[in-house]
Amino acid sequence: MSETNSNSQSRLHGIWALTNRELKKWYKEPIPLLLSIIQPVIWMGLFGKAMNLGAIFTGNAQIPPQIAQQLMFQTFKTDDYFSYMALGMVSFVVLFTTMFSGMSIVWDRRLGFLNKVLSTPVSRGVIVFSKVLSATFRSMIQAGIVIVLALAFGMKFGATFSPINILGVFAAIFLICLGLSSLFLAIAIRSTRMETHMAVANLLTLPLMFASNTFFPVSLMPDWIQIVAKINPVTYTTDAVRQLLIYTIDGTQLLIDFTYLGVFAAVFTTMGIVLSWRYLSK
Amino acid sequence: MSEDVIKAEGLTKVFNGNMTAVDHVDFSVKRGEIFGFIGPNGAGKTTTINMLITILKPTEGKALVFGYNVLKQASEVRNVIGVVPQEYTADEDLTGVENIILCADLYGIPRHVSKERAIELLELVELTAFKDKKVMTYSGGMRRRLELACGLINRPKVLFLDEPTLGLDVQTRSATWNYIKLLKKNFDMTLFMTTHYLEEADALCDRIAIIDHGKIIVVGQPEELKRGLGGDIITLAIKDEADVTSLVEKIENVKEVKKENGAYRIKTEKGELTAPLIIEALREEGHVVTKLSLTEPTLNDVYLEYTGKSMRDTEESREHVFAQRMTMRRARG
Repeated sequence: MSETNSNSQSRLHGIWALTNRELKKWYKEPIPLLLSIIQPVIWMGLFGKAMNLGAIFTGNAQIPPQIAQQLMFQTFKTDDYFSYMALGMVSFVVLFTTMFSGMSIVWDRRLGFLNKVLSTPVSRGVIVFSKVLSATFRSMIQAGIVIVLALAFGMKFGATFSPINILGVFAAIFLICLGLSSLFLAIAIRSTRMETHMAVANLLTLPLMFASNTFFPVSLMPDWIQIVAKINPVTYTTDAVRQLLIYTIDGTQLLIDFTYLGVFAAVFTTMGIVLSWRYLSK
Repeated sequence: MSEDVIKAEGLTKVFNGNMTAVDHVDFSVKRGEIFGFIGPNGAGKTTTINMLITILKPTEGKALVFGYNVLKQASEVRNVIGVVPQEYTADEDLTGVENIILCADLYGIPRHVSKERAIELLELVELTAFKDKKVMTYSGGMRRRLELACGLINRPKVLFLDEPTLGLDVQTRSATWNYIKLLKKNFDMTLFMTTHYLEEADALCDRIAIIDHGKIIVVGQPEELKRGLGGDIITLAIKDEADVTSLVEKIENVKEVKKENGAYRIKTEKGELTAPLIIEALREEGHVVTKLSLTEPTLNDVYLEYTGKSMRDTEESREHVFAQRMTMRRARG
């Protein structure tokens, strides 16, 4: 009777159990999993192949092929719009997966699971961080699938590509996922209504996606959008991923990308954990 | 170790600076007893339980659970308590045994211990045959039993049950009571429960506290409270409109007469002897008794006596209603 459980408790105990709970829901349900993979495929097909922005230059009979090539390089830093866009898709998938991570805490609250967990010795920070982690794992796997699919559809590697770069790609994705899921969870943490949370998340997701280099180069956007795009961490992720896979690496820019993403992840993850301490203990 | 396993002193919770949900309540729960918190929806039962299980911070006052302060020693409290919430919190997509192991992980119980305990607990609540089925397929009673098993995984010294039979049909409800009694006996625990089913409180609790509008109105053993009403209750109606209160009050053994909705509620000792006397006395004055009933007091009468009304339903927060509806729906499933 006098045996206590506290011996085996560390500050981080329960983190794997809670993360795994979220992941199990995901990989044990084949239909949502399949849909979440099909969605980027459709986008890639529609955006990358149908709305081939590159064709404006290369498909124009008035422009000689060499000049068209040059124009492509000037705008997209690659001569293949599909490759450009396909990696934008990576950021797109990350944005949408992390957006839904906030949703699950609203559900947990409404179904009483959150209260149940709050009555156990699991640290408050762990409750939120496990959600961040599971969203991060999910996004990384989905991003990986997108890259594989992009290759299958004809993405071309850049001159400086080497298999080691793939590690860098996942590092960049890991950092943005940490930051973004913390951000969306912080928004959701006080929310009791799914509708409110959806509205706020949507309001945030679209500008994050379009005021960035996901589909179109920032340099061609109006000045004020350029400012937003320069603050937007999505821009840095997409740039890092493109540099590592399809561009010729520019060391300085890559360093800037990773520094920015690192700071973004650190700041928002800390904020998420601090907010959870504050708001999960009412 | 004092005998008081739970001790609340001036415990208060104010929401948003002006909504007082729990208003300076004092009570203590002794080791080994089943203590019931009775009151209508919105009376402050769940708020009180949430403060005791460290989910809500008290605005004022203090509470000790097993000697630990719920505010300053929240982790210690969390380690010695088990919680069976009002809602079904088990994960639908996971199996029964996976859910119990998940609970165990939240307490940091090593796997070799938790696996053994899970088997033992599932046996106890008779879910062994369904342990590898997804919770989605469970009936209401089975879900409730699974919640009980989850609440016991850390061998708690105090178990908190919030509306343990909400939404269950009558048979499943009494079966659940049996499980609760069995578990209490097997694990030598103290139980704190809230309910708005009075017969449940009567059947299970050693002592109850009636709470309304955030205040405790009375605390005592159900028997003692019923006896405290001073015997039986006669309800009668007469044909004419005249007020016969003072007439009835003079009759031997009658303790109190109240007129409610056109009927008289008469408190009396030895009701079976007093009733004929009342009819006789009324007839002598020319009143015709049209209806009469004699009841031994129930907890509902105790409740009525102290709150002046029957159990009522109050308006609730959207969130709460939603969670409750989900629970009810799944209970029926």
